[in-house]
Amino acid sequence: MESLVRIKGVAAPLLRINVDTDQIIPGPEIMASVDESYARWGTGLFAYWRYLDGAGGAHTPNPEFVLNRPPYDRAVILLADRNFGCGSSREPAPKALRGFGIRAVIAPSFGGIFFNNCFRNGVLPIELSIEAVRELAGQVERSQGRGEISVDLEAQRITAPEGDGYGFRTPPLLRRMLLEGLDEIGATLARRGEIEGFRGRDRSRRPWAYRPGLA
Amino acid sequence: MTGPRTFFEKVWSDHVIADLGDNTALLQIDRLFLHEMSGSVAMRQLAESGREPAMRELVFTVIDHVIDTAPGRGLDQSRSKAGPEMIRAARAGSRRYGFNFVDVDDPRQGIVHVISPELGVALPGLTLVCGDSHTCTVGGVGALAWGIGSTEGEHVLATQTLPQVRPKAMRVNFEGKPAKGVYPKDMVLALIGKIGANGGIGYAVEFAGSAIREMPVEGRLTICNMAIEFSAKYGFVAPDEITIDYLKGREYAPKGAAWEAAVRYWRSLPSDPGARFEHEVTVDCGGLSPQVTWGTSPQQVVGIDGRVPDPASADDPGTRTLIERAAEYAKLKPGQPIQGVKIDVAYIGSCTNARLSDLRVAANVLKGKRIAGGVQGICVPGSTAVKRAAEAEGLDRVFRDAGFEWHESGCAMCGHMGNDRLADLRVISTTNRNFEGRQGPATRTHLASPATVAASALRGQIADVRGLIG
Repeated sequence: MESLVRIKGVAAPLLRINVDTDQIIPGPEIMASVDESYARWGTGLFAYWRYLDGAGGAHTPNPEFVLNRPPYDRAVILLADRNFGCGSSREPAPKALRGFGIRAVIAPSFGGIFFNNCFRNGVLPIELSIEAVRELAGQVERSQGRGEISVDLEAQRITAPEGDGYGFRTPPLLRRMLLEGLDEIGATLARRGEIEGFRGRDRSRRPWAYRPGLA
Repeated sequence: MTGPRTFFEKVWSDHVIADLGDNTALLQIDRLFLHEMSGSVAMRQLAESGREPAMRELVFTVIDHVIDTAPGRGLDQSRSKAGPEMIRAARAGSRRYGFNFVDVDDPRQGIVHVISPELGVALPGLTLVCGDSHTCTVGGVGALAWGIGSTEGEHVLATQTLPQVRPKAMRVNFEGKPAKGVYPKDMVLALIGKIGANGGIGYAVEFAGSAIREMPVEGRLTICNMAIEFSAKYGFVAPDEITIDYLKGREYAPKGAAWEAAVRYWRSLPSDPGARFEHEVTVDCGGLSPQVTWGTSPQQVVGIDGRVPDPASADDPGTRTLIERAAEYAKLKPGQPIQGVKIDVAYIGSCTNARLSDLRVAANVLKGKRIAGGVQGICVPGSTAVKRAAEAEGLDRVFRDAGFEWHESGCAMCGHMGNDRLADLRVISTTNRNFEGRQGPATRTHLASPATVAASALRGQIADVRGLIG
């Protein structure tokens, strides 16, 4: 995966609580084809809210929905509320954000499976207090969306449209996946010695774990 | 490390291959379950990477998510456009790699989290992952099980390991004896109402207390199933004699001397007295009434005598908007009693509530009666084994005579997978999610126990089951 170090641009406020992954990418969009391209998933992003004819249809834009209103239609950052990405484990959820062009989501908390899936798809989830998210959203709205937010993953710092800064923390391994484009599977396979050593000891302790139905 | 330890700490530490720093560990994964939706993607990504599965004997596949549940279904039959291709890809990949494969026409087929304990694939103290958020269900037999994405699935296929950030420990104590008409589903819905849909973020949750100790495995599976509905990735009940009795003799459970050794290990796993939990919650089950959701999040739940809340009662603007949006979607008014809301469909199915004990409870309510005119009753058994066992005791006749459809097993209409049948309808459902559009475009879902769903089917409106059972 290519590296992601800095993100700067339009941020769209979508401060709804408990946005589940069924909203981020509805079932009918998933079941429309087996195409795994980001572009395909991006079209389905928030389909129930974003299109007047909902999900899996002709995709007639709903002019009221934030991501259909300039300049938010060019958003690279999403400002969200608590428990964003809860529910289904569907990996098309971060793929849809990425396909639309969103590379960072800033929210007070995230669904855990979604949080992990983001890093595998070049999307950075950032935990920030609701007060800070509301401040960012307020500044964005005061500038009619023209005030840009920048995110520096190396420094783990957000700069608001009006210049104030916010620090954040990202789990180090997941951060490296984005910063360095780390091949996670390759990194694990490089630990072959440790893995085999563990399994040698573990097999004698828990033999049934290694052979389903062991007699 | 010495001192008292929780079940979670014991199982986690027994699987740590390497400490990756900052609270992250590389874990041994004992079982990987695939299905045709996310599993076919994980297999395709593995093939594209040129890598091979690390431990194929520990990988299981079943076809459940998008397969049609109509009687007499074909092997690739699906209500959705992409369904047949997903099914064929999962079948071909599983055969090519030599995974343990349960096909559509296999008598062991069923919803992944229903068959996983039925077959003894899930066992106490095992780590088990699957590209499905309800994998936490099988914590009901004491497995440490959680849902993953398809790229994490590819990682498990290639390495049989997974790096994970260690969660904090939480314990939920369900105390007391549930009253008549109150079931495990009501208990877990009440919990979510109390702590919120985000109440479990970052936690691995142990379910304990007197009500859990006396609960059969199937009820524990229902409770663990809904851990993800308060955003806990992991939920479990530490193994006890009820768990061990349930698992004995199952196909993939150990046998003979291996069984004896496993049982000794399992008995060492429960949390030690005095073990520390970062967060603890107690639910008094004796005071609960049957629960039903009114909105678009499982936290939007009330007792059957309750009312849709007034947005003005919310203590912050975000919650007020949440209640307003949900009530508007659900086409309900603030202050409206939930009981008496007219329904179009009564749905019994899913990995939450479609095991034999669930079907028995519903059948007991329906026996000798007919569902209300204009209501569609749909029953989708959780597995082919459940379906056959139910038929052997005549439950299918009870459902059919009451006016319910009797389906083949699968995930069916729990989530909208291209089948618009429930579009724009109001459904009372034994499933786990009442999200906007979850069961179809503009479908309004009310989550409840199988007993409440059956009672509501008879009345044609959301009803109190307590007046219908002895």
